[in-house]
Amino acid sequence: MPYIDPHIHMVSRTTDDYARMAEAGCIAVTEPAFWAGFDRSSPAGFFDYFRQLTETEPKRAARYGIAHYCWLCINPKEAEDPGFAREVMALIPEFLDRPNVLGIGEIGLNKNSRNELVILEEQIELAKRHDRLILVHTPHLEDKLKGTRLIMDALKNAGLDPGRVLIDHVEEHTVKPVLDAGFWAGMTLYPDSKCTPQRAVDIIECYGRERIWINSAGDWGPSDPLSVPRCHVEMRRRGHGADLIAKISLENPLEFLGQCPSFKPLG
Amino acid sequence: MPASTCPLTGPQVVDLYFLEHRAKLLDIAAFLDRLDRAAPPAAAGDVRVRALRRAIPLLVDGTGDRARRILELVSDHTTEPVPAAHTQGALGADPATAY
Repeated sequence: MPYIDPHIHMVSRTTDDYARMAEAGCIAVTEPAFWAGFDRSSPAGFFDYFRQLTETEPKRAARYGIAHYCWLCINPKEAEDPGFAREVMALIPEFLDRPNVLGIGEIGLNKNSRNELVILEEQIELAKRHDRLILVHTPHLEDKLKGTRLIMDALKNAGLDPGRVLIDHVEEHTVKPVLDAGFWAGMTLYPDSKCTPQRAVDIIECYGRERIWINSAGDWGPSDPLSVPRCHVEMRRRGHGADLIAKISLENPLEFLGQCPSFKPLG
Repeated sequence: MPASTCPLTGPQVVDLYFLEHRAKLLDIAAFLDRLDRAAPPAAAGDVRVRALRRAIPLLVDGTGDRARRILELVSDHTTEPVPAAHTQGALGADPATAY
C-alpha cells in the first residue's frame, strides 16, 4: 500500500534504506532539519546541510521513485546560543523557494530554556513572514509535557492558523491538548522512546483519525525506517481496514502537506 | 479516556498480546533484581528508579488511562522556561520531583 513517511532524517540513512522503503510502498518522505548528533561548529555547517537537504537527498530518493521534501530551521538542540542561531536563521530565506522545501521545521524546544523559546518565537515569525507551514519538535521524556504547553502558547500568541502547524512526537499525555487546540499531531515510532506501533494504534483508536499521522523519524540513533509499514501491520492484525491505513499514512499527510503548493508527490 | 474503538474483543486482545507483555513484565522484574545485585546499592535511590517504583502501582489501581497517567507522573510540571539549557539530554523522570 502506498504511504508517506512525513518525518525521517534520510541524511543519516543508507541508500539501502531508500530501497527497502520503496519496496514497502513509500512514495514520499519529508525531512525536517535537525541535530546531527553533534553540535555544528559554524553556520557554514548548516549552509552545507541545507544544500544536502535541497540538492542531494531529492536525487538520492528519486532513484527509488520516492519524492523527497524537506523543512529548514535551526533545531532547538543547537538554539541555546541566540547569536549562533540567528546566523543560521539568516541563511534560511535563500533556500525557501527551492522546489522541495515545505516550510520551517522541526522547530520547538529541547530543554525548555528561555533562549530556546526566544529562537522558537523568532522562527515562528519567520514562517509567518514567508507564509510557510510549520513542523514542531516537542521535547523528549520528562520535558515533553511542559515543552508542549510552552510551544502551543507561543504558537497561539503568534496568531497562527493551527491548521498549518503539525506538532510532532505526541504521546498519550500530549495528544489531546494538541488536537483540541486545532493543531495537527504526529506520532513518532521509536523502539525505546516516544511511541511503539501498538501505542500509536491505541492513540488512533482513542483520539480518532483526523489531523494525525505516524512517522519513523528514522535518524542516526535507535530507529527504524520501516516502522511506518510495521505500524500498518499492527493496524491490520487488530482488524482495522485498509481505509484507516490510507487515512493515516496517505490522505492525512496529503491534506496537511498539500497546503504547500509545491507538495505534489503524486505528480 | 475516550470510548474505545478497538475492533478486537477482550479475549482476542489477551490472545494477541499476553505473551509479549508477560515478557515485558519479566524484564522489569529482572531489571529490579539486577539493581539489587549491583553495587553500590545507593543506585536504587536514583530518581529514575524511584519514579519507576512509583509508576508500578498505577498499573493495578483499577483506573484506566494508565499510559497517560504514568507519562504525567514522570513529567516536569513546572510552567516557566528554565534560565538556561545545561545539557541536551533527558533522564526519563523529573529530577526535581520527590518520587
